[in-house]
Amino acid sequence: MECIVAPRGRGPDLKGLTMNLRVLAGLGVLVVLLGALAYTTFSGRNEGIRIGFVTTLSGGSAAIGADMRDAFELALDHMDRKMAGHPVTVLYEDDAQNPDVGLQKTERLVQRDGVQFVTGYIWSNVLLASYRAATDRGVFVVSANAGPSELAGKQCTPDFFSTSWQNDQTPMAMGEVLSRRGVKSLYVLAPNYAAGRNMVAGLKRTFRGQIVAEEYTQWPDQIDFAAELAKIRAAQPEAVWFFFPGNYGTQFFKQYAQAGLMGQIPLFSSFSIDHLNLPQIGELVAGSLLTQHWGPDLAYPVNRKFVDDFKQRFGRTPSFYAAQAYDSALLIRTALETTRGDVENHDALRNALARATFESVRGPFKLGGNHFPVQSFYLYDVVKSGNAYDMRQLEKVYTDHTDPYAVDCAMAR
Amino acid sequence: MGLLVEQVVNGLQFGVLLFLLSAGLTLVFGIMGLVNLAHGSLYMLGAYFAVWFAGMTNSFVLGLLLALAATAAVGVVTELVALRTLYRRNSLEQVLGTFGLVLLFDEAAKVVWGPAGLSLAPPEWLSGQVSVLGVPYPAYRLAVLAAGMLVAAGLYWLVSRTRAGMLLRAAASNRSMAEALGVNTRVLFSLVFALGAGLSALAGILAAPLLTVHVGMGEEVLLLAFVVVVIGGVGSIRGALFGAVGIGLLDTLGRAYLPGLLRGVFSTPVADAVGPALSSMLIYVTMAAVLLVRPEGLFPIQRRAEAGRVVSAP
Repeated sequence: MECIVAPRGRGPDLKGLTMNLRVLAGLGVLVVLLGALAYTTFSGRNEGIRIGFVTTLSGGSAAIGADMRDAFELALDHMDRKMAGHPVTVLYEDDAQNPDVGLQKTERLVQRDGVQFVTGYIWSNVLLASYRAATDRGVFVVSANAGPSELAGKQCTPDFFSTSWQNDQTPMAMGEVLSRRGVKSLYVLAPNYAAGRNMVAGLKRTFRGQIVAEEYTQWPDQIDFAAELAKIRAAQPEAVWFFFPGNYGTQFFKQYAQAGLMGQIPLFSSFSIDHLNLPQIGELVAGSLLTQHWGPDLAYPVNRKFVDDFKQRFGRTPSFYAAQAYDSALLIRTALETTRGDVENHDALRNALARATFESVRGPFKLGGNHFPVQSFYLYDVVKSGNAYDMRQLEKVYTDHTDPYAVDCAMAR
Repeated sequence: MGLLVEQVVNGLQFGVLLFLLSAGLTLVFGIMGLVNLAHGSLYMLGAYFAVWFAGMTNSFVLGLLLALAATAAVGVVTELVALRTLYRRNSLEQVLGTFGLVLLFDEAAKVVWGPAGLSLAPPEWLSGQVSVLGVPYPAYRLAVLAAGMLVAAGLYWLVSRTRAGMLLRAAASNRSMAEALGVNTRVLFSLVFALGAGLSALAGILAAPLLTVHVGMGEEVLLLAFVVVVIGGVGSIRGALFGAVGIGLLDTLGRAYLPGLLRGVFSTPVADAVGPALSSMLIYVTMAAVLLVRPEGLFPIQRRAEAGRVVSAP
C-alpha cells in the first residue's frame, strides 16, 4: 500500500532528490544573475551622490509612493541629475507601509548600498522604526512626509531633517479655523498610530469648543467605518473632524455619504483630501475646507515650474506628498552646493543642511532649530474647475509657524 | 437600543462579506488541500472587473454579472496553468507558489489600472437610506446583507442537497476512496475552484462601493478570511458561515463598545490607548481561545483516514 498511495513529504525518495537538485541548479543560476546585477549596480559605488528613497510602492497606498517618486525624479531631471557637479544615484525602496520592512530597507540602503542620505518616508510609525538605522551610522535622514512629535521634541536628533511639517501643525491650523467659525462641538476620529495621535493632539491645541468623542480606529487594517458612523449618528455632534490619509480618507468620505450623514453633520478633515483622491471623491467633498502648507496654486516661480512640468510629464496634478519630495531634493542639493559636493565632512554637511535656505515650492524655505520647516499654513476649499475638482486658497492661517514640540528639543535651545 | 441594533446589523453585514470570501477559501483549502494565498487576488480582480464592466455597460448589475464570469474564468485558467501542479506539493511550496501569484496579480492590476484607487458607485436605487427600526441605514449595506444570506442559503443547498454537493463532500472526507469509486476529482476540483473564485469575486464586487478598489485590497482581508476558516473548521461551509458572522459581530461590537467599557474601568487616556489596541486583538484572542478548546475548529469535517496513513501507522 505504501507505494500505491505515497504519503506526501515523508522521507527521502528519488523524485524528491532530483527535485532538490533542480531547485539547487535554479538557485545557482539566480545567484549568478543577481551577482551580475549587483556588479553593474554597484560598480559605480563611492562615486557621486547616493540617495536612498524609502516610500510605499505596493498595496493600497502605492499611489502616494509613486507620486513622491515621480516628483523626486522630476527634481533630479530639473538638476540634470547632478548635485554640486556630482552625478546622483537614487535607490527607491518599498516599505509596504510596514515599520519592520521600512527598517529593513533602511538598513540595507545604509549598510549594503552605502547611501549618504535617506529620504521619503510617508508614515510616522515607519519613520520612527527606521531613522536610527541611518542616523546611528552617520547617514542623514530627510523626511519628505512623516513628522512624528518625538523627532520634533525630546528625541530630536542632529542628523534628522524634515521637508514636510510636524504632524500637529496642519490640524492646529484647522482647529483655529473651526474655532473662529464658531463650531462648538466636534466628534474626532483618527487611526491608532503615531500620526493619528499627533493630529488629534494638534487639533485639540487650538480648537476651543467641546470634543464630544475621540475615536481611534485600527491601523492599518481597518477599512470599514460602519461602527464609527453609527456612533457619530447617535452622538449628534455639531461637526465631525477626521484624519484618514490616502485611500482610507476616500473610503471614509464614501461611507459617510452612504450613511446619509453628508449634509446632515458638517465634515472637516486634515490630510484626507489630496490630488490623488480628488478625482474619486471630488463631487462628494466639493466645498470642503482643509488646511495645508502647500497648494498647486501657490504663485512662486519654483512651484509653477514644478506643477506645470509635473502635469505635462505625468498627466496629473501633483499632491502635497509630491511637493514635499521635490523640496527634499532641493534641500539636499542646496546643502551639497554649500559644501561644494563634499560628503566626507559630516559636521560641515549637517550645518549646511540645517542652515539651508532656498526657493522651494512653498516659497522661501528655512528650518527651525529642531530641523523642521518654519512655514505658513493656508486654508483651502475644494472647488470645481472645468470637469475636474481642485483646491482653492482662501486665506493664510499661520505665518512662519514653528511646531509646538520645538521647545522640548535640546538642539533648538 | 437603536444604536445597538444598527451595530448588530453592521456586524452581520461585515460577517456576510467575510463569509463570501472565506467560503471559497475553505472549500479550496479543505477539499483540495491547497493553501491558496491568491484567493485575495480574485477578490481584488472581481472588484476591478466590476468597475470596468459597470463603466462599459453603465449598469451595476450587468457589471457584477460580467465581472463574476470574468473572475471565475481567470480562476479556472489559474487553476489549470499554475495551481494544478501544486496540489501534491507540501504546504510551504503551495504558500510560495500562490504568493508568487499574489505578486503577479497585484503587479498586473497596477499595470492595467494604475496605482491610484478606483471607485464603483452603488446602483442608483440602492444609494439612499432605509429606515431600520427608526434608524436610517444605507440601503446598499442592507442589500449586501441580503445578497450574502441568499448565497449562503444557495451554497448550503448545493452542498447538502445536490449530487454535486455529495461528490464534493465525498472528495473532502476521503479523496482516494472517491477516486476509486469513479469520481473525476480533476474536473471536480476545477469546478470547486471556479466556484471559490466566483464567491471571492462576489465579495470583492459587493465590497467595492463601500471601499476603494485598489491594488493590494485582497491581502487586507485575506488574513481575516483565514482566521474565519480556522475558527470554523477547514473545509466546512457551515463553519465558515458561523465563523464569519461571529468575527463580523465581534469586530464591529468590539470597536463600538470596548473603548467605552474600558473608560468605565480605567482613566480616559489609558482607556484611549488600550481600547483600539485591544479591539484589534479581539479577533485573534478569540481564535486562540477557540483553537485551545477545539483544535479542529467549531465544525470540523469528518475525515476518513487515507489508505497510506493507515498502513504507515504503528
